[in-house]
Amino acid sequence: MAAVTDEVLTFEEALAEFEPVLGFEVHVELNTRTKMFSSAPNAFGDVPNTNVTEVDLGLPGVLPVVNGKAVEYAIKLGLALNCQIAPVCGFARKNYFYPDTPKNFQTSQYDDPIAHDGWLDVELEDGTVFRVEIERAHMEEDAGKLTHVGGASGRIQDAAHSLVDYNRAGVPLIEIVTKPIKGAGERAPELARAYVTAIRDIVKALDISDARMERGNVRCDANVSLMEKGHHVFGIRTETKNVNSTRAVAHAVTYEIQRQAAILRAGGTITQETRHWHEDTRTTTAGRPKSDADDYRYFPEPDLVPIVTTPEWIEELRAQLPEPPAERRRRLKAEWGYSDEEFRDVVNAGVMDEIAATIEAGASAPAARKWWMGEIARLANVAEREVAELGIGPADVVEVEALIAEKTINDKIAKQVLGFVAAGEGSPRGIVEARSLAVVSDDGALTAAVQEAIAQNPGVVDKIRGGKLQAVGALIGPVMKATRGQADAGRVREIVLEQLGVSE
Amino acid sequence: MAERLRAGEITSVELTRAHLDRIAAVDGDGSGTGIHAFLHVNTDEALAVAAEVDAIRAAGGAEAEALHPLAGVPVAVKDNIVTVGQPTTAASRMLEGWMSPYDATVVTRLREARLPILGKTNMDEFAMGGSTEHSAFGNTRNPWDPERIPGGSGGGSAAAVAAFMAPLALGSDTGGSIRQPGAVTGTVGAKPTYGGVSRYGVIAMASSLDQVGPVARTVQDAAALQELLGGHDPKDSTSLPEPIEGLLEAARRDDVAGLRIGIVTELKGEGYQEGVLARFREAVAVLKEAGAEVVEVSCPHFRYALGAYYLIMPSEASSNLAKFDGVRYGNRVVPDGGGTIEQVMGATRAAGFGEEVKRRIILGTYALSAGYYDAYYGSAQKIRTLVQRDFEAAFAQVDVLVSPTSPTTAFGFGEKLDDPLAMYLNDVATIPANLAGVPGISVPGGLADGLPVGVQFLAPARADAVMYRAAAALESRLEQAWDGPLWAQAPELDEARPAQPAGVGTSRTTTAGGED
Repeated sequence: MAAVTDEVLTFEEALAEFEPVLGFEVHVELNTRTKMFSSAPNAFGDVPNTNVTEVDLGLPGVLPVVNGKAVEYAIKLGLALNCQIAPVCGFARKNYFYPDTPKNFQTSQYDDPIAHDGWLDVELEDGTVFRVEIERAHMEEDAGKLTHVGGASGRIQDAAHSLVDYNRAGVPLIEIVTKPIKGAGERAPELARAYVTAIRDIVKALDISDARMERGNVRCDANVSLMEKGHHVFGIRTETKNVNSTRAVAHAVTYEIQRQAAILRAGGTITQETRHWHEDTRTTTAGRPKSDADDYRYFPEPDLVPIVTTPEWIEELRAQLPEPPAERRRRLKAEWGYSDEEFRDVVNAGVMDEIAATIEAGASAPAARKWWMGEIARLANVAEREVAELGIGPADVVEVEALIAEKTINDKIAKQVLGFVAAGEGSPRGIVEARSLAVVSDDGALTAAVQEAIAQNPGVVDKIRGGKLQAVGALIGPVMKATRGQADAGRVREIVLEQLGVSE
Repeated sequence: MAERLRAGEITSVELTRAHLDRIAAVDGDGSGTGIHAFLHVNTDEALAVAAEVDAIRAAGGAEAEALHPLAGVPVAVKDNIVTVGQPTTAASRMLEGWMSPYDATVVTRLREARLPILGKTNMDEFAMGGSTEHSAFGNTRNPWDPERIPGGSGGGSAAAVAAFMAPLALGSDTGGSIRQPGAVTGTVGAKPTYGGVSRYGVIAMASSLDQVGPVARTVQDAAALQELLGGHDPKDSTSLPEPIEGLLEAARRDDVAGLRIGIVTELKGEGYQEGVLARFREAVAVLKEAGAEVVEVSCPHFRYALGAYYLIMPSEASSNLAKFDGVRYGNRVVPDGGGTIEQVMGATRAAGFGEEVKRRIILGTYALSAGYYDAYYGSAQKIRTLVQRDFEAAFAQVDVLVSPTSPTTAFGFGEKLDDPLAMYLNDVATIPANLAGVPGISVPGGLADGLPVGVQFLAPARADAVMYRAAAALESRLEQAWDGPLWAQAPELDEARPAQPAGVGTSRTTTAGGED
């Protein structure tokens, strides 16, 4: 069996013989102020073992207390995923020994999740809508983080010792589990990516998570199994753990389909196991064997009383739900009048919210798109930063547009101005004033510059007088140069024609 | 005692020093003939708190007025309740020398009310046992007969109170660990309604059964201490939102006229020592005489309670004790030549846990494992429900239930050590209350063959007051009959002598200045 694991079929070969069945377990780290069962701060990136209380360390005698905000978030997410909300639910203990779990059990929901039986309509790139059934969304706590020190690989196998940081231990999580997803066929990788993206957008819109996959705020375990075409019995599945970008989820699904297809076609059997994802090679390797018989000795958590949700509470939370991200996208696309391609580029560039805010603040839809997809995106690219982190806000873009409309600046200067805004020099209007960037609209100064240009370019003047009006451009250049680019090109053209006595 | 303090007849420092002196005189260090009720004596801090109370009382004014009625009365704390500034070991090698960085909520309440804490009392390791023979640091002796057990798991707290080393103590009761030691040492021990007293900071054995409660010499003292300890704690989710009140008032009422008292048919038959049954019948007669209406009620599922308890308790314990692995605190044992994480955890647990603890962890792990869960843990939970229904049906007929606390008087050391089942049977009368979460109290019922016998009262959940009322009424009438409290009949204790040669397994620590 091991002999064939390194071989893969092409994706087309695999899909010709097998039907993939997918399943996803997405962990969402909540952005509550405190942890799931303690009053310790829920914060990322602090000095190890500073955001801990005796509860997070599992010291003798401690007891958990449920974070009410986390329960509220779980209900909101459940509602956004069209789930039923349990009237009563509880926590269970999942017992296993590992140094990153301070109590040697994880407090989690087991057979009574707070939200169950929902669905999510996932839109693929061409607009096809694929309904993914949600089995459950349940609350649990995160584990701590181990760092293996003293070895070359940073892995536990050759480490001299391991360090444990319990800052993350007890951070509230919601795990969203799908039912088996059949019928995606060759679109399975695309669906995988779209599903995780949709979940990320929803938790972001609900403002219950920072939703930054690179920080592990959203982590996906992807289950893949293959059925022979025309059959209905699920194959043995693998679970690729902790895939940390939407793109990688698609790649991991692709790879597993190809790998499993090669094994099955060679007459082998799939080992039920967890698999590790390797971003550099876009492959997976075997982790630990996992069977349904893994014995966590679940039993109801005796230190916590059941959570009771009332219909009134649920309805109150339902009323607070924002517009679903997919619907919002459809609405905005129609309102803005962008083409399919334009809108897709906007979404992929991650500037939809910025454009919406800019339009909201008074800019036109084409202008907003022009700036965010153009100069601002370029500045971000050069600075190697996220567009949102550049320091340019929707109000700045609106101000730049206004300055152009009143002919105080032109497009070229506007680009410079945005650069100065990003550099932290203040508002566009203030920058134009401080740096004296306003276009020269004083006819006296412009006329002098035009006359100078006419005197210097007799050949061009003859052409214009001869009716070749497009030759005016050859005079505008020198005028611009003379005014250091601050001339209003339209006005320069008018003055040239005036001076030469030519009319259009 | 508290009244004499308030009246200024005695100072808290005098009272505290007297108890510390008594500890020094009769407790020993576990190596010789002493009672060995304490694992740690907290001399300096206890005297400092006592001096504070005396100063406040001497100064008078609003602050003196605001002092808690029990302020200045010393108290001993069972060693599975965490305390800042003193070791907490739960009588296990696993935690030998461990100092908690935080206080249990009940300890915080003791400190706020300014009760000097005398020290930490001996117990069965992690509260597992009925004789205090499972302490990793040596047995506690019964003050009534030093060759006999003081009950368990809270044998240290009961013996400290019985031997006049502490007027008050805290215990924890998972299956009878406050009441059974109370019965066999002639003291009063109460298990409050589940949730009535915070469990935060109490090293858990079985979370759904554990309850902290008072150990005292009189029912009124116990009531006063429970009132101090109780009330809602936001750090304990299972803590009741409303306090259980009126306990001391009920204990002072001294009447049972019109009270309906039920004798549990299933808790007075086979396996009960004849002397125990005789004292129990006398107690029932006294209650009748005092005007109580006594009827016999049947709780048919109590016979299964012991079995259910010995599945639920180890199941929860196996999970609660998983945290003791040598990774974060306590002792760590590294195998020769190092080892993997699993090997270090294994070696630590092999060396750190005693036999009884291992027995229960293995039992619980088995009962929870997939494939056996339904047959064991699941069935036990069903029986638990049936026991609760038995109580509901019984309390529909009567106000309180009464039974012997323990089927026997204190047995000799080693007598049941090789027969865990026989040891477990000693809790047959106390366990149903833990399964149902109802309150229970044991009061001295007299002597059988020279050893104390306990009478147990049980009441509906949250009706702790009626339990105190019935217990206090019996206590006052028996004391009249005996012409004084039962403890007046206790034998005089010899001065503790260290073992010869000295230096064998000294386990008691002290933060004292050593002025004795």
